[in-house]
Amino acid sequence: MSEQFADFEGRLRRALSPVEPPAELEARLETTLGSLVDMATEELEAWELSSMGDPRNWTRIARPVAAVTVGSAAAVGLVLVRTQRRRHKRRRESVGSVDLLGRTLRDLAREARRVADDVF
Amino acid sequence: MASSEHTREEKARLDDAFSALYKAHLRDVYSYSYYRVGNHHDAEDLTEQTFLQAYRHFERAQRESAGRPLRPWLIRIAHNLAANYYRDRSRKPQTPIDDAGVLSAPHTTEDLVEDRDELARILAGVQKLPDDRREALIMRFALGMDNREIARALGRTDGATKVLIHRAIRQLEEIVKQAEGPTEP
Repeated sequence: MSEQFADFEGRLRRALSPVEPPAELEARLETTLGSLVDMATEELEAWELSSMGDPRNWTRIARPVAAVTVGSAAAVGLVLVRTQRRRHKRRRESVGSVDLLGRTLRDLAREARRVADDVF
Repeated sequence: MASSEHTREEKARLDDAFSALYKAHLRDVYSYSYYRVGNHHDAEDLTEQTFLQAYRHFERAQRESAGRPLRPWLIRIAHNLAANYYRDRSRKPQTPIDDAGVLSAPHTTEDLVEDRDELARILAGVQKLPDDRREALIMRFALGMDNREIARALGRTDGATKVLIHRAIRQLEEIVKQAEGPTEP
Protein backbone atom coordinates (compact mmCIF):
# COMPACT_ATOMS: atom_id res chain seq x y z
CA MET A 1 0.00 0.00 0.00
CA SER A 2 1.48 3.36 -1.03
CA GLU A 3 2.17 6.12 1.47
CA GLN A 4 -0.24 8.38 -0.39
CA PHE A 5 -2.95 5.75 -0.17
CA ALA A 6 -2.36 5.28 3.57
CA ASP A 7 -2.46 9.04 4.06
CA PHE A 8 -5.79 9.24 2.27
CA GLU A 9 -7.13 6.53 4.56
CA GLY A 10 -6.11 8.67 7.52
CA ARG A 11 -8.01 11.65 6.15
CA LEU A 12 -10.99 9.43 5.42
CA ARG A 13 -10.92 8.13 8.98
CA ARG A 14 -11.02 11.71 10.28
CA ALA A 15 -13.83 12.72 7.91
CA LEU A 16 -15.94 9.73 8.94
CA SER A 17 -15.27 9.98 12.65
CA PRO A 18 -17.93 8.34 14.87
CA VAL A 19 -20.95 10.48 15.74
CA GLU A 20 -22.13 10.52 19.35
CA PRO A 21 -25.87 9.95 19.71
CA PRO A 22 -27.78 12.81 21.37
CA ALA A 23 -28.37 12.31 25.10
CA GLU A 24 -32.14 12.55 24.67
CA LEU A 25 -32.07 9.69 22.17
CA GLU A 26 -30.30 7.47 24.72
CA ALA A 27 -32.87 8.36 27.38
CA ARG A 28 -35.80 7.80 25.04
CA LEU A 29 -34.48 4.49 23.75
CA GLU A 30 -33.85 3.20 27.24
CA THR A 31 -37.40 4.12 28.22
CA THR A 32 -38.84 2.46 25.13
CA LEU A 33 -36.79 -0.71 25.52
CA GLY A 34 -37.59 -0.75 29.24
CA SER A 35 -41.32 -0.65 28.36
CA LEU A 36 -40.88 -3.56 26.01
CA VAL A 37 -39.01 -5.58 28.63
CA ASP A 38 -41.73 -4.83 31.22
CA MET A 39 -44.38 -5.66 28.69
CA ALA A 40 -42.85 -9.06 28.07
CA THR A 41 -42.52 -9.65 31.82
CA GLU A 42 -46.18 -8.90 32.39
CA GLU A 43 -47.05 -11.21 29.56
CA LEU A 44 -45.08 -13.95 31.29
CA GLU A 45 -46.84 -13.30 34.59
CA ALA A 46 -50.23 -13.38 32.88
CA TRP A 47 -49.29 -16.72 31.38
CA GLU A 48 -48.37 -18.06 34.83
CA LEU A 49 -51.66 -16.92 36.35
CA SER A 50 -53.68 -18.46 33.58
CA SER A 51 -51.79 -21.72 33.65
CA MET A 52 -52.80 -22.18 37.31
CA GLY A 53 -56.39 -22.59 36.17
CA ASP A 54 -57.09 -24.82 33.23
CA PRO A 55 -54.01 -24.81 30.99
CA ARG A 56 -55.87 -26.32 28.07
CA ASN A 57 -58.05 -23.23 27.84
CA TRP A 58 -56.37 -20.36 29.62
CA THR A 59 -52.98 -20.51 27.99
CA ARG A 60 -54.62 -20.31 24.61
CA ILE A 61 -56.78 -17.31 25.44
CA ALA A 62 -55.27 -15.23 28.23
CA ARG A 63 -51.72 -14.99 26.95
CA PRO A 64 -52.40 -13.28 23.64
CA VAL A 65 -55.02 -11.04 25.24
CA ALA A 66 -52.58 -9.96 27.96
CA ALA A 67 -49.84 -9.42 25.39
CA VAL A 68 -52.06 -7.30 23.17
CA THR A 69 -53.42 -5.27 26.10
CA VAL A 70 -50.06 -4.49 27.67
CA GLY A 71 -48.39 -4.18 24.31
CA SER A 72 -51.02 -1.71 23.13
CA ALA A 73 -50.40 0.51 26.16
CA ALA A 74 -46.66 0.57 25.48
CA ALA A 75 -47.24 1.18 21.78
CA VAL A 76 -49.65 4.07 22.41
CA GLY A 77 -47.03 5.62 24.68
CA LEU A 78 -44.43 5.26 21.95
CA VAL A 79 -46.71 6.87 19.35
CA LEU A 80 -47.36 9.84 21.66
CA VAL A 81 -43.67 10.30 22.46
CA ARG A 82 -42.72 10.24 18.78
CA THR A 83 -45.52 12.60 17.78
CA GLN A 84 -44.63 14.97 20.60
CA ARG A 85 -41.04 15.14 19.37
CA ARG A 86 -42.15 16.73 16.10
CA ARG A 87 -44.27 19.47 17.68
CA HIS A 88 -41.79 22.35 17.08
CA LYS A 89 -41.43 21.45 13.42
CA ARG A 90 -45.22 21.29 13.03
CA ARG A 91 -45.66 24.69 14.66
CA ARG A 92 -43.00 26.21 12.42
CA GLU A 93 -44.56 24.86 9.27
CA SER A 94 -48.26 25.35 10.02
CA VAL A 95 -50.24 28.37 8.81
CA GLY A 96 -52.97 28.40 11.46
CA SER A 97 -54.54 26.35 14.19
CA VAL A 98 -56.62 24.24 11.79
CA ASP A 99 -53.55 23.45 9.73
CA LEU A 100 -51.62 22.63 12.91
CA LEU A 101 -54.37 20.25 14.03
CA GLY A 102 -54.36 18.56 10.62
CA ARG A 103 -50.58 18.14 10.71
CA THR A 104 -50.72 16.75 14.25
CA LEU A 105 -53.35 14.17 13.26
CA ARG A 106 -51.37 13.16 10.19
CA ASP A 107 -48.22 12.73 12.33
CA LEU A 108 -50.18 10.63 14.84
CA ALA A 109 -51.49 8.36 12.09
CA ARG A 110 -48.05 8.03 10.52
CA GLU A 111 -46.35 7.19 13.82
CA ALA A 112 -49.11 4.71 14.71
CA ARG A 113 -48.50 2.86 11.44
CA ARG A 114 -44.75 2.83 12.03
CA VAL A 115 -45.02 1.64 15.63
CA ALA A 116 -47.41 -1.10 14.57
CA ASP A 117 -44.78 -2.27 12.07
CA ASP A 118 -41.96 -2.03 14.63
CA VAL A 119 -43.53 -3.57 17.70
CA PHE A 120 -46.13 -6.11 16.59
CA MET B 1 -43.34 -23.76 38.96
CA ALA B 2 -40.01 -25.05 37.65
CA SER B 3 -40.55 -24.46 33.94
CA SER B 4 -41.80 -20.90 34.38
CA GLU B 5 -38.92 -20.19 36.75
CA HIS B 6 -36.57 -21.44 34.07
CA THR B 7 -38.33 -19.28 31.46
CA ARG B 8 -38.06 -16.24 33.70
CA GLU B 9 -34.34 -16.81 34.25
CA GLU B 10 -33.81 -17.29 30.54
CA LYS B 11 -35.69 -14.09 29.78
CA ALA B 12 -33.70 -12.15 32.40
CA ARG B 13 -30.49 -13.46 30.84
CA LEU B 14 -31.64 -12.41 27.38
CA ASP B 15 -32.68 -8.95 28.58
CA ASP B 16 -29.30 -8.45 30.26
CA ALA B 17 -27.52 -9.57 27.11
CA PHE B 18 -29.61 -7.24 24.98
CA SER B 19 -28.95 -4.36 27.35
CA ALA B 20 -25.20 -5.00 27.04
CA LEU B 21 -25.50 -5.14 23.25
CA TYR B 22 -27.43 -1.87 23.21
CA LYS B 23 -24.90 -0.08 25.42
CA ALA B 24 -21.95 -1.40 23.44
CA HIS B 25 -23.29 -0.50 20.01
CA LEU B 26 -25.61 2.48 20.31
CA ARG B 27 -22.90 4.77 18.97
CA ASP B 28 -22.14 2.37 16.10
CA VAL B 29 -25.76 2.17 15.01
CA TYR B 30 -26.21 5.92 15.35
CA SER B 31 -23.03 6.71 13.41
CA TYR B 32 -23.98 4.30 10.65
CA SER B 33 -27.52 5.72 10.49
CA TYR B 34 -26.25 9.27 10.48
CA TYR B 35 -23.83 8.75 7.60
CA ARG B 36 -26.49 6.84 5.66
CA VAL B 37 -29.35 9.36 5.92
CA GLY B 38 -27.34 12.57 6.35
CA ASN B 39 -29.26 14.25 9.15
CA HIS B 40 -29.72 13.80 12.88
CA HIS B 41 -33.51 13.65 12.94
CA ASP B 42 -33.82 10.66 10.61
CA ALA B 43 -30.72 9.06 12.13
CA GLU B 44 -32.47 9.05 15.51
CA ASP B 45 -35.56 7.40 14.02
CA LEU B 46 -33.46 4.83 12.20
CA THR B 47 -31.48 4.01 15.35
CA GLU B 48 -34.67 3.62 17.37
CA GLN B 49 -36.23 1.31 14.81
CA THR B 50 -33.05 -0.73 14.53
CA PHE B 51 -33.01 -1.54 18.24
CA LEU B 52 -36.74 -2.29 18.29
CA GLN B 53 -36.29 -4.76 15.44
CA ALA B 54 -33.20 -6.19 17.12
CA TYR B 55 -35.11 -6.71 20.37
CA ARG B 56 -37.82 -8.65 18.55
CA HIS B 57 -35.36 -11.06 16.96
CA PHE B 58 -32.60 -11.06 19.55
CA GLU B 59 -33.17 -14.53 20.94
CA ARG B 60 -32.92 -16.20 17.54
CA ALA B 61 -29.95 -14.08 16.50
CA GLN B 62 -28.09 -14.97 19.65
CA ARG B 63 -28.85 -18.64 19.17
CA GLU B 64 -27.72 -18.63 15.54
CA SER B 65 -24.64 -16.48 16.06
CA ALA B 66 -22.89 -19.33 17.87
CA GLY B 67 -20.93 -16.87 19.97
CA ARG B 68 -19.84 -14.60 17.10
CA PRO B 69 -20.17 -10.82 17.63
CA LEU B 70 -23.63 -9.45 16.90
CA ARG B 71 -22.54 -6.06 15.61
CA PRO B 72 -22.73 -7.10 11.92
CA TRP B 73 -26.27 -8.35 12.53
CA LEU B 74 -27.26 -5.03 14.12
CA ILE B 75 -25.74 -3.04 11.28
CA ARG B 76 -27.47 -5.26 8.75
CA ILE B 77 -30.80 -4.41 10.37
CA ALA B 78 -29.96 -0.71 10.12
CA HIS B 79 -28.87 -1.25 6.51
CA ASN B 80 -32.19 -2.88 5.59
CA LEU B 81 -34.21 -0.22 7.39
CA ALA B 82 -32.24 2.53 5.66
CA ALA B 83 -32.99 0.90 2.30
CA ASN B 84 -36.71 0.88 3.21
CA TYR B 85 -36.43 4.49 4.32
CA TYR B 86 -35.31 5.54 0.84
CA ARG B 87 -37.73 3.22 -0.95
CA ASP B 88 -40.77 4.31 1.09
CA ARG B 89 -40.02 7.97 0.72
CA SER B 90 -38.74 7.60 -2.85
CA ARG B 91 -35.76 9.78 -2.14
CA LYS B 92 -32.04 9.95 -1.75
CA PRO B 93 -30.22 12.41 0.51
CA GLN B 94 -31.22 15.86 -0.75
CA THR B 95 -28.46 17.82 0.91
CA PRO B 96 -24.82 17.13 1.65
CA ILE B 97 -24.23 15.38 4.93
CA ASP B 98 -23.73 17.63 7.97
CA ASP B 99 -20.10 17.99 8.92
CA ALA B 100 -20.50 16.33 12.31
CA GLY B 101 -17.35 14.30 11.86
CA VAL B 102 -15.39 17.35 10.82
CA LEU B 103 -16.59 19.34 13.80
CA SER B 104 -15.79 16.61 16.28
CA ALA B 105 -12.24 16.05 15.04
CA PRO B 106 -9.42 17.89 16.83
CA HIS B 107 -7.90 20.81 14.92
CA THR B 108 -5.26 23.46 15.48
CA THR B 109 -6.21 27.07 14.86
CA GLU B 110 -3.88 27.47 11.84
CA ASP B 111 -5.18 24.65 9.72
CA LEU B 112 -8.79 24.77 10.83
CA VAL B 113 -10.36 26.25 7.69
CA GLU B 114 -8.24 24.34 5.19
CA ASP B 115 -8.69 21.10 7.09
CA ARG B 116 -12.44 21.52 7.36
CA ASP B 117 -12.71 22.19 3.64
CA GLU B 118 -10.72 19.09 2.83
CA LEU B 119 -12.71 16.83 5.14
CA ALA B 120 -15.96 18.31 3.81
CA ARG B 121 -14.81 17.44 0.26
CA ILE B 122 -14.16 13.88 1.38
CA LEU B 123 -17.61 13.64 2.97
CA ALA B 124 -19.21 15.03 -0.19
CA GLY B 125 -17.23 12.47 -2.18
CA VAL B 126 -18.48 9.63 0.03
CA GLN B 127 -22.04 10.62 -0.86
CA LYS B 128 -21.23 10.28 -4.57
CA LEU B 129 -20.06 6.67 -4.28
CA PRO B 130 -22.30 3.75 -5.30
CA ASP B 131 -24.35 2.49 -2.33
CA ASP B 132 -22.34 -0.65 -1.61
CA ARG B 133 -18.99 1.17 -1.69
CA ARG B 134 -20.30 4.00 0.49
CA GLU B 135 -21.66 1.54 3.04
CA ALA B 136 -18.44 -0.41 3.19
CA LEU B 137 -16.47 2.77 3.86
CA ILE B 138 -18.86 3.89 6.59
CA MET B 139 -18.53 0.51 8.29
CA ARG B 140 -14.76 0.49 7.99
CA PHE B 141 -13.94 4.06 8.94
CA ALA B 142 -16.84 5.34 11.06
CA LEU B 143 -17.43 2.07 12.91
CA GLY B 144 -13.97 0.50 12.74
CA MET B 145 -15.32 -2.84 11.51
CA ASP B 146 -12.86 -5.35 10.04
CA ASN B 147 -13.31 -7.11 6.69
CA ARG B 148 -14.97 -10.14 8.22
CA GLU B 149 -17.55 -8.08 10.11
CA ILE B 150 -18.31 -5.96 7.04
CA ALA B 151 -18.65 -9.10 4.94
CA ARG B 152 -21.23 -10.49 7.37
CA ALA B 153 -23.14 -7.20 7.48
CA LEU B 154 -23.26 -6.95 3.69
CA GLY B 155 -23.79 -10.67 3.04
CA ARG B 156 -20.59 -11.00 0.97
CA THR B 157 -17.45 -13.07 1.14
CA ASP B 158 -14.36 -11.74 2.93
CA GLY B 159 -12.47 -11.58 -0.35
CA ALA B 160 -15.21 -9.69 -2.18
CA THR B 161 -15.42 -7.25 0.72
CA LYS B 162 -11.69 -6.58 0.66
CA VAL B 163 -11.87 -5.78 -3.06
CA LEU B 164 -14.97 -3.63 -2.54
CA ILE B 165 -13.25 -1.50 0.09
CA HIS B 166 -10.08 -1.11 -1.95
CA ARG B 167 -12.02 0.04 -5.00
CA ALA B 168 -14.17 2.35 -2.89
CA ILE B 169 -11.10 4.13 -1.50
CA ARG B 170 -9.54 4.42 -4.96
CA GLN B 171 -12.74 5.84 -6.44
CA LEU B 172 -13.18 8.26 -3.59
CA GLU B 173 -9.61 9.44 -3.93
CA GLU B 174 -10.29 10.23 -7.60
CA ILE B 175 -13.51 12.07 -6.77
CA VAL B 176 -11.75 14.19 -4.14
CA LYS B 177 -8.83 14.97 -6.49
CA GLN B 178 -11.26 16.20 -9.13
CA ALA B 179 -13.08 18.32 -6.56
CA GLU B 180 -9.82 19.92 -5.47
CA GLY B 181 -9.08 20.95 -9.06
CA PRO B 182 -5.70 21.10 -10.84
CA THR B 183 -2.68 21.61 -8.55
CA GLU B 184 -0.41 24.67 -8.94
CA PRO B 185 2.75 24.03 -11.04
